[in-house]
Amino acid sequence: MKPSDNELHAYVDDRLDPESRRAVEAHLAQAPEDAARVAAYREQNAALHAAFDPVLDEPVPDRLRHVGATRRAGRVAVAAGWLALGAAIGWFANAFLTDRPHALVSFSRQAALAHAVYSPEVRHPVEVGAAEQEHLVNWLSKRVGAKLRAPVLTAEGSELVGGRLLPGEGGAVAQFMYQDGKGKRLTLYVSRLAGKQRDTAFRFSQEDKVSVFYWIDGTLGYALSGELPKADLLGVATAVYKQINP
Amino acid sequence: MNPERIAEHIPRLRRYARALAGDQHAADDLVQDTLERAINKRHLWRPGSDLRAWLFAIMHNVFVNQLRSRQAHPEDALDEDALPAVAPTDGAQLEIRDLQSALALLPPEQREVILLVGLEQLTYAEASHALGIPIGTVMSRLFRGRERLRLLVIGAPLVPALKIVR
Repeated sequence: MKPSDNELHAYVDDRLDPESRRAVEAHLAQAPEDAARVAAYREQNAALHAAFDPVLDEPVPDRLRHVGATRRAGRVAVAAGWLALGAAIGWFANAFLTDRPHALVSFSRQAALAHAVYSPEVRHPVEVGAAEQEHLVNWLSKRVGAKLRAPVLTAEGSELVGGRLLPGEGGAVAQFMYQDGKGKRLTLYVSRLAGKQRDTAFRFSQEDKVSVFYWIDGTLGYALSGELPKADLLGVATAVYKQINP
Repeated sequence: MNPERIAEHIPRLRRYARALAGDQHAADDLVQDTLERAINKRHLWRPGSDLRAWLFAIMHNVFVNQLRSRQAHPEDALDEDALPAVAPTDGAQLEIRDLQSALALLPPEQREVILLVGLEQLTYAEASHALGIPIGTVMSRLFRGRERLRLLVIGAPLVPALKIVR
């Protein structure tokens, strides 16, 4: 029995069960015109793959990889939603992973976002409180995969509240939270960086109301975030840096 | 939904767009518009449904809008009936040198179906969903499109032409 067009095209696309396929092949063996047509259609598919599959291996242009990034940056401090956090961290993490020039900028944004999300938190600002500081630092060190320290910022007027673990590029990121006498909070965001990194000087970025100083030290990236004047935050960042590099 | 999940689909969106739009610049414009729209409307995506099909559906809408705004370009506004009659036996008359120029001569709605099914390997049901048309329409466009493409390339074998493609 002559197969329908439907069956012939399903044959072209390898979507027939074995029995129907054999039936179509039996027909094609004695119907040269249909066989030529089917061969041509299969050749079309093969030619499409040959012509366009190489696109899959091309590097994705920056303008596509960063779609959504610029728009979201303006909303950083407002975007206290979980959705925005997850979305942006995932998105920026991707940029961080693949693109060095954007990597540090993304890093500071992730830090600012994490700050914007967690620092207003009243009941659960941290996962592990400062009372269990030793446990906190050991736990975060283990998860981040590097020896971490929670700097003491008493001289700068802030005390450790505690810390939490966050998802980041290539794994876990630690966030330490500090609070001053008026309840104003600072967060230190520490991430292990993939590959070889060069140490950097302090860099500053402003994500809406959140100021961020960030730098690379060895295999770790640090970002200190807070709603502070730049000069004040710089003082704290310097103290953090000195404690990590005594 | 995490935009990172959308990002995973960028290479395949680019492949489809390149075949659909022809040149790289126009194709990446199409992908960029698609990504922007997808991110803005990501709350409309139903968790558990096929993200790739959803993205193809968005790309289809973007593509159709682009065609509408570019009605002046004859190859985009091409109507199937307005195509020159092709005489399969008269290879010398044909100027179709390769698959891409043949594709460009297809009506866009046939090109879309051929690419979604033949290149992106969507099922008819998925293509129907992505294009917002009944399955029967998917099939008739596919059948007519493939046949037209076959007639267009007769006399200009696909294999040598592929060497042109970088």
